[in-house]
Amino acid sequence: MEKLIIFLPLFASIISGFFGKKIGNKASQITTSLFVSIAALLSIYLFYDVIINGYSSNVIIAKWISSGLLDVNWSIKIDQLSAIMLVVVTLVSAIVHIYSIGYMSHDPHQPRFMSYLSLFTFAMLVLVTSDNFLQLFFGWEGVGLCSYFLIGFWFKKPSANSAAIKAFIVNRVGDFGFALGIFLIFYIFGTVNYEQVFNQVVLYEDNNLKFLGLEFNSINLICFLLFIGAMGKSAQIFLHTWLPDAMEGPTPVSALIHAATMVTAGVFLVVRCSPIYEYSPIILNFITIIGMSTALFAASIALVQDDIKKIIAYSTCSQLGYMFFATGVGAYNIAMFHLFTHAFFKALLFLGAGSIIHSFKDEQDIKKMGGVYKHLPYTYSFMIIGTLALTGFPFLSGFYSKDLIIEFAYLKGNTVGYYACAIGIFTAVLTSVYSWRLIFKTFHGNYNNKNQSISSVHESPLVMLLPLIILAIGSILSGFIFKDLFIGHGNFINFWDGSIFFLEPLSAEHPPKYILYLTPVLVTISIPFSYYIFLKNKSFINGLVNSNRPVYLFLKNKWYFDELYEILFVKSSKILGKYFWKKIDGLVIDRFGPDGLSNLFKYFSIKATKFQTGFIYQYAFVMLIGFSLILTIIIIK
Amino acid sequence: MDFPILSSIIILPTIGAIFILFGRSSSNYNAAKYISLFVSLANFVLSLYLWYEFDKNSSGFQFVEQRVWLKDFINYKVGIDGISVLFIILTTFITPLCIISVNSTIKYRLKDFLVAILFMETMMIGVFCSLDLVIFYLFFEAGLIPMFLIIGIWGGERRVYSAFKFFLYTLLGSVLMLVAIITIYWMTGTTDVVELYQIGINPKFQNLLWLAFFSSFAVKTPMWPVHTWLPDAHVEAPTAGSVLLAAILLKMAGYGFIRFSVGLFPIASEFFVPLVFGLSLIAIIYTSLVALMQEDMKKLIAYSSVAHMGFVTMGIFTMTPEGIEGSIFQMISHGIISAALFLCVGVVYERMHTREISKYGGLVSVMPRYAIVFMVFTLGSLGLPGTTGFVGEFLILLGTFKVNFLVATIASLGVILGAAYMLWLYRRIVFGEISNSEINKLKDLNKSEMIILSLLAFTSIIFGFYPDPLLSTTSASVESLINLFNSNLNIYTAGKL
Repeated sequence: MEKLIIFLPLFASIISGFFGKKIGNKASQITTSLFVSIAALLSIYLFYDVIINGYSSNVIIAKWISSGLLDVNWSIKIDQLSAIMLVVVTLVSAIVHIYSIGYMSHDPHQPRFMSYLSLFTFAMLVLVTSDNFLQLFFGWEGVGLCSYFLIGFWFKKPSANSAAIKAFIVNRVGDFGFALGIFLIFYIFGTVNYEQVFNQVVLYEDNNLKFLGLEFNSINLICFLLFIGAMGKSAQIFLHTWLPDAMEGPTPVSALIHAATMVTAGVFLVVRCSPIYEYSPIILNFITIIGMSTALFAASIALVQDDIKKIIAYSTCSQLGYMFFATGVGAYNIAMFHLFTHAFFKALLFLGAGSIIHSFKDEQDIKKMGGVYKHLPYTYSFMIIGTLALTGFPFLSGFYSKDLIIEFAYLKGNTVGYYACAIGIFTAVLTSVYSWRLIFKTFHGNYNNKNQSISSVHESPLVMLLPLIILAIGSILSGFIFKDLFIGHGNFINFWDGSIFFLEPLSAEHPPKYILYLTPVLVTISIPFSYYIFLKNKSFINGLVNSNRPVYLFLKNKWYFDELYEILFVKSSKILGKYFWKKIDGLVIDRFGPDGLSNLFKYFSIKATKFQTGFIYQYAFVMLIGFSLILTIIIIK
Repeated sequence: MDFPILSSIIILPTIGAIFILFGRSSSNYNAAKYISLFVSLANFVLSLYLWYEFDKNSSGFQFVEQRVWLKDFINYKVGIDGISVLFIILTTFITPLCIISVNSTIKYRLKDFLVAILFMETMMIGVFCSLDLVIFYLFFEAGLIPMFLIIGIWGGERRVYSAFKFFLYTLLGSVLMLVAIITIYWMTGTTDVVELYQIGINPKFQNLLWLAFFSSFAVKTPMWPVHTWLPDAHVEAPTAGSVLLAAILLKMAGYGFIRFSVGLFPIASEFFVPLVFGLSLIAIIYTSLVALMQEDMKKLIAYSSVAHMGFVTMGIFTMTPEGIEGSIFQMISHGIISAALFLCVGVVYERMHTREISKYGGLVSVMPRYAIVFMVFTLGSLGLPGTTGFVGEFLILLGTFKVNFLVATIASLGVILGAAYMLWLYRRIVFGEISNSEINKLKDLNKSEMIILSLLAFTSIIFGFYPDPLLSTTSASVESLINLFNSNLNIYTAGKL
C-alpha cells in the first residue's frame, strides 16, 4: 500500500505530462486528481493504522548508490512521522489538484500544470518516506525542481522566470549546507542510513574535529549544517528571499508548495533528526533564535505589504519560524502539530486568496479591492475561518498549536526560552493585525477597483469552492481533535515512540495562568483594534506612517535583503566572472601562453628574414666574422 | 579468449574508414554514411558484448592480447579492467550518435569527415585499452590529428586560430610525456604497464616523471591555467567535433591520470595532491564564474566542461574508492550530458546560424520537444539527484570530504554556481517572450535529432536512478588500484624511517 501511495502520483504525472496533449485537458485533470485523491484516501487509512495498531514498516525498493563504504537504497519508511506527513501532503495535494481544475481553466497548458503538481507530490512523498539522508536529499532537490517549474509556469513573464531561478539557487545555497552535513555524517558514522546514524550518535557526543584551524564538536557541526539546508527550504531569515518572489507562480501552487508542504520540509528534517539534535543544545538554541527572529521579522514585513499573496507568503514564513522555535525548545511533536494545523489553514487562506484573485480577474493588490463581502459570501467566510485559525482564535486549530509552542518555549526555562515566549506572544498579535488588515482591506470599506465594476465581481465556480470546505473543516477542528495525539496525552502517551527522540521527556507542568490567557485575549482584542485603525480611523495609520517614514520604508522594502544580496552576490559574481574571463583568460593566459609563443616565433622569424637581404657583401661580411670567430676559439683552445 | 575481441574493436572503425576512403563513387554520400553508421553500431554491439563477458569481480586485466612489435623493445599489448571498459563503451556509444548527427551539420567533404570520425574512434578505443606506454602514446597523439583536421577543415570562421591553439597546447604537453616514457624505458627496461605496476619506479625520479605526464594530461583535461584552448576549439568545431571532443577526448586525460599518474607514480601523486586540489578548485570556481558571463552558448558549455573536469581531477587524487569511482562515473556522465548539450546547441545553431544567447528566447513556444530534452540535460549538468550528474559529483565530494574538509567545502560552492549558469542559460534561450522574429519560423526536433537526444536523456536518467551497473563494474579495479597505491606508499614511508 505504501508503494501505491507513492507511485500513484508519479504515474499520474507521467500520464498527464507525456500524453496530456493526446488525452486532452479534461482527461488529464481527472486522472491526476483521481490518482492523487486515491493516494490521499490510502494515506488516511495508513495513518489510522499507524495510530491504532502502531503499524510501521521499512520497505527497500532497489539499490541506488553503492561505492566504497557508501551503500544507499531506495526505500519507503513508514512510521508516525512519515504517516502524518503522508496525510498532509496527499490531502492538500488532492484538494489543490481539484481546485486547479477550476482555477487554471483558462490556461493553455493545463496538462503540463497537472503533471507538475503530481510530480511534486511524488517528490515530496519520496522525501518524507526516506530511510536515509541521501534519498531525503533526492526528494529535497526534487521538490525544489518542481517548485522551480511551477513558479516559472508562466514562462513568458520575466518576473516569473527570475523568481523561479532565484528560488532554485537560494535553495541550492541551503542544500550546500545540507550536502556538507551529509558528507560529515558519512565521514563520522560511515553510513547515511537514519537508523544506523541515530544509534551511533551517543558514542560521538564528545567527538571533535578540526576545520579551518578551529575545533568543533562534530555533532554540533552536523546539526548546524543540516539546519542550513532546513533554513533554505523553509525560508528562514537570510535564506527567505525566494519565498515572497515565489508567489509569481499560480496560486494553487503557492497553497500546495509554498504553504502546506514543501516549505515545511525543513521542519520535518529537524524533527526527523531529533536523535541528533537532542545532543546539541547549542544548535537547538540557535534554531530557536533563528526561528523567533524569522517569526518576528516576517510578521513585521507582512504588516505593510499590499500584495495579497505576499502578505500570506510572509505569514507562512513567520509561522515556519514558530515551528522552528518549537523544535528549538525541544518540542518536536508540537512543531509537527503546528505543521499539521498550519497546512489546513494556510492552504485555505491561499486558495481563498486565489478565489479572490480569480474574482477580481487577476488583481492582487488589496488597495484595489474592498467592500465585496456581499458579492463573495463563500470566499469571505472561508477567509474568515482561515484567519481566525491562523491568528489562534480560541478553539480553532491554530489556537491549540500556537499556544502550545508559546507554552513550551516558556517551560524550557532558559533565557532563550523566555525570549522566544515573549516574541511568540508579540508576533501572535502582529499576525492577528496583519491578517485582519488583509480581511478588512479586501472585503470591507469602499470598493477601490477602477478597472472593473463591483457588479462584475462574482463568486468562483463550485469546483474551486468545494475543496475549500474540507480545508475549512480541518482549520476548525484539526486542533481540537488531534491535540492529545500530538502532545502525547491520554491514550497516546507513547505515540511518538521511535520516530521522535527526547533526551529528557517534555515538561508536563503548566506555565502560569496569565501566560496561557495572554495570547488568546490579545488576539481577540486585536480584531476590533484592527477594525478601528484600518477601517474607521484611517488617519491614525497615515499619521503613524508619516511620522515614521524610515521605518515604514524599511519594512515596505522587506528590510532591504534583496538589494543587499544583489550587490553582495549577484553583481559581484558577475563582475568577478567578467574579470576572470576578459582579463585573466584573455590578457594573461592567452597573451603569454599560446599567443605569446606564436608572437615570439613570429618575432624571431621576422628578424631572421631581415637577415636575408640578398646583398653579397653583407653575406661575405658575416662569413668573415664567423670564420674569424671560429679561428679565435680554436687558437685559444 | 582466443578471439582477439579488443583488437577487433580497435581496428573495426579503421576498416570502415578505409572502405569509405577507397569507395568508388565520390558523390554518393549515402553509402558512406551507411557504412560508417553500420560499422560504428557493430562496434557498439561488440563492446556491449565485451562488457557482458567482462568479469566484474576480478580486478586484473582481462582480454589481454600481446604481440611482439619491435623485438625486445615494444610489444603491442592491450587489455582492459573495470576502469577502461566503461570508457570503451562510452566511445562506441557516442560515435554512432555523432555519425547520425552529421546528417545535417556537415555541408561539404562529408566522406572525409566520416573517415576522420571513424579513425578517431579507433585511436580513442586504443588509448583506453593500451597496456604499453609506447602504444598508449601513439594512440593518444594520433587521436589528435583527426580532431585537428575536424576543427581546421570543417570549423567556423576562426578555425585556423583555434586549430593552431589546440595543437600547440597539446603538442607541448605531449613532448614532455614522450621524454618521460623514454626515461622510464631506460630506467626499467620495459614499457609494459602491468610489469611497471609490479616493479615500481624509483621514488627519486617519480616527481619529475609525474610532472611530465601531468603536463600532457593537464592540457587535455583541461585544467586551469591551460584551459583556454578548449572554448576556442569548441566554438569553432562543428557539432559532431564538439561532441567527440567533450565526450571522449577530454576523458583520455582523466583516464590517463588514473591509469598512469596514480598507478605508476604513487609517491609523486601523493606529493602533488595539493597542486591538483588547488588547480581543480580554481577550475571549479573560476570557470563557473566565467561561464556565468558567456554570451556564446557553446563557450558557456565549454567552460562548464572545464568546471566539471575540475571535479574529476579532484576526485581522482583523493585516492579514496568513493572519489575515484565518482570521478570515473562523472566522466561517463559528463560524456553523455555534455555531448547532449553540444548537440542541443547544434540543433538551434543549424536553424538560426548564431550561437549568441541574446538572439534567442521563447523557444519553448515553438519547440516544446526541444525544451523538454534540453531541460533534462540542463538538470543533468547542474547535478540534480536522479541524473547521472548527481551521482558522480556527490561521490567525488564525499571522497574529497574524507580527505580534506576545506577543499570539499569550496568545491561544493561550485555546485551552486553550476545551477546558476545553467538555469540562466536555459531561461535566456528557452523561456521568455519571443523577441527575435526568426524564432517563429523554427521547426521542432526532427526524427533523427529526437532519437539521439532522447537516447542520451534516457541513459542519463536511468543511470541516475540506478547507477549500480557502472559502479559495480569499476569497484574491484579501483580497489586494487588503491591497494597498490597504499602499499607503495607504505613501503616508501617505511624505507624513509
